[in-house]
Amino acid sequence: MVINMIDLRKKAEELHDRHSDTFQIEVDEIESQLRTLVEGYSVPLEEAIRSVVNRNAPEYKSSTTATDKSNSQIKIGDINSSGQWIDLQIKIVDLWDPTSDSIDQVGLAGDETGTIKFTKWSKSNLPTLEANGNYLLKNVVTDEWGGRFSIKLNRTTIIEPLDQDIEIGDGSTSIEGALVDIQSGSGLIKRCTVDSCTRVLQNGACAEHGEVDGKYDLRLKGVIDDGINVFEVILNEQTTEFLTGINLSDAEAMATEAVDTGVVLTKMRNMLLGKYYKIQGSKFSRYLIANEAQLLSDPIDTDSILIQARSI
Amino acid sequence: MSVSISREVARRVFASEFNIATHTFKESDDERAPNYILLPTGIHANRVFIVGTLTQLDNIGNDSEWWHGRISDPTGIFHIYSGQYQPNSTSVLRKLDPPAYVAVTGKPNIYSRDDEGLSISIRPESVTEVDSLTRDRWVAETAIQTLERISSFKENPTQYVEDAKKHYGEDPTIHHDTALLALESLMEPL
Repeated sequence: MVINMIDLRKKAEELHDRHSDTFQIEVDEIESQLRTLVEGYSVPLEEAIRSVVNRNAPEYKSSTTATDKSNSQIKIGDINSSGQWIDLQIKIVDLWDPTSDSIDQVGLAGDETGTIKFTKWSKSNLPTLEANGNYLLKNVVTDEWGGRFSIKLNRTTIIEPLDQDIEIGDGSTSIEGALVDIQSGSGLIKRCTVDSCTRVLQNGACAEHGEVDGKYDLRLKGVIDDGINVFEVILNEQTTEFLTGINLSDAEAMATEAVDTGVVLTKMRNMLLGKYYKIQGSKFSRYLIANEAQLLSDPIDTDSILIQARSI
Repeated sequence: MSVSISREVARRVFASEFNIATHTFKESDDERAPNYILLPTGIHANRVFIVGTLTQLDNIGNDSEWWHGRISDPTGIFHIYSGQYQPNSTSVLRKLDPPAYVAVTGKPNIYSRDDEGLSISIRPESVTEVDSLTRDRWVAETAIQTLERISSFKENPTQYVEDAKKHYGEDPTIHHDTALLALESLMEPL
């Protein structure tokens, strides 16, 4: 595993913050101790952190369990950065087959605000999590890959069973507003077909695999604006077809006739922009991924709007 | 400070309020910082979204296309100007025949007239033809949001409100009355 300097610096800062009441040393010294272990002795980062904590915080010495020091207890939907140490009350929604011996358990945990992938390492020696079990997980750390967050249980994590049954939210959101922009990379696009890449090609090339033939797809990246907030939305092939009435083969035919895939985007812009939509979907990074999109085409109820207006 | 540049919201404003905005400002000295206009109801706008009736459209350019459009809402007239640097909206305008309901997303643009006065227009990012239901929805939405701005103008004055009082006067009642009239116009029989 390659650990770059920034990671070590970040870890050192985290450790310093977390142990500010017991550590007598500064961030630079923590970083240097970590670096010696990781780079000089090829110790895995997790073990290096443990070693540094042990050396500098006497009360941890004989203890294999972690601290009572409380993290912020937050909801899954609030997780917005990696490397956050948090406590979560969750229900185990799904358990998957671990893909490696180093993983003891992996699956999906959920709360009222949504679901998140969790990983529990074999070497952490933690109790087994049961499917549909409800737990308080103390001291887990967040991670991020490709805009999607996950949590990692570690040696210092405490697992406490809960009596309550946590309700699982689907994390779905519904918004309404005018479609004020459709961005490039919309309409008829090509995706990389190497392995299961699916990256969108730019000028016939994939950022990972170079020039490839690719496979056509339809999608829209748009901006819904309600005058107060803006939302970036992504519509897949089905939703795009539902709104435009243009399916993938129509789009390919249009592009072939014009010898330009851009005609599809132009046509869609002219059909869709400036009208009001209701979009339902789930948040993914800064995007709302639409499950459903609907043109708001019913006449408005003027009487009730007048009543509302007079009450402001 | 966040490094990502977040997209500016498109304000909903009636022509009668938009057209008297004359004050522009930036919130930082950075050359690329967005330009804002200050609206009389005490909010800043870098972008607007309007829907109305395109009543007149002329290509007033000499060598290259330069379209001027008049767009009517229940309170007044918006002016839009679109040329070669607005290819999306120019290509749409080229094919439009007034009268037509249009939706415009664009940037406010304040310029000095020959007589030294100031005029405000919209430089469109997009223009599309829409239907009367979309227009009605916009009128209702714009009326509600205008009334809400006036409510916080009185009850919860921000720095923008203080600046608006300085530049446009203390009393936003006219915009309140106009917004209600605009809403009532939706109820008149066709």
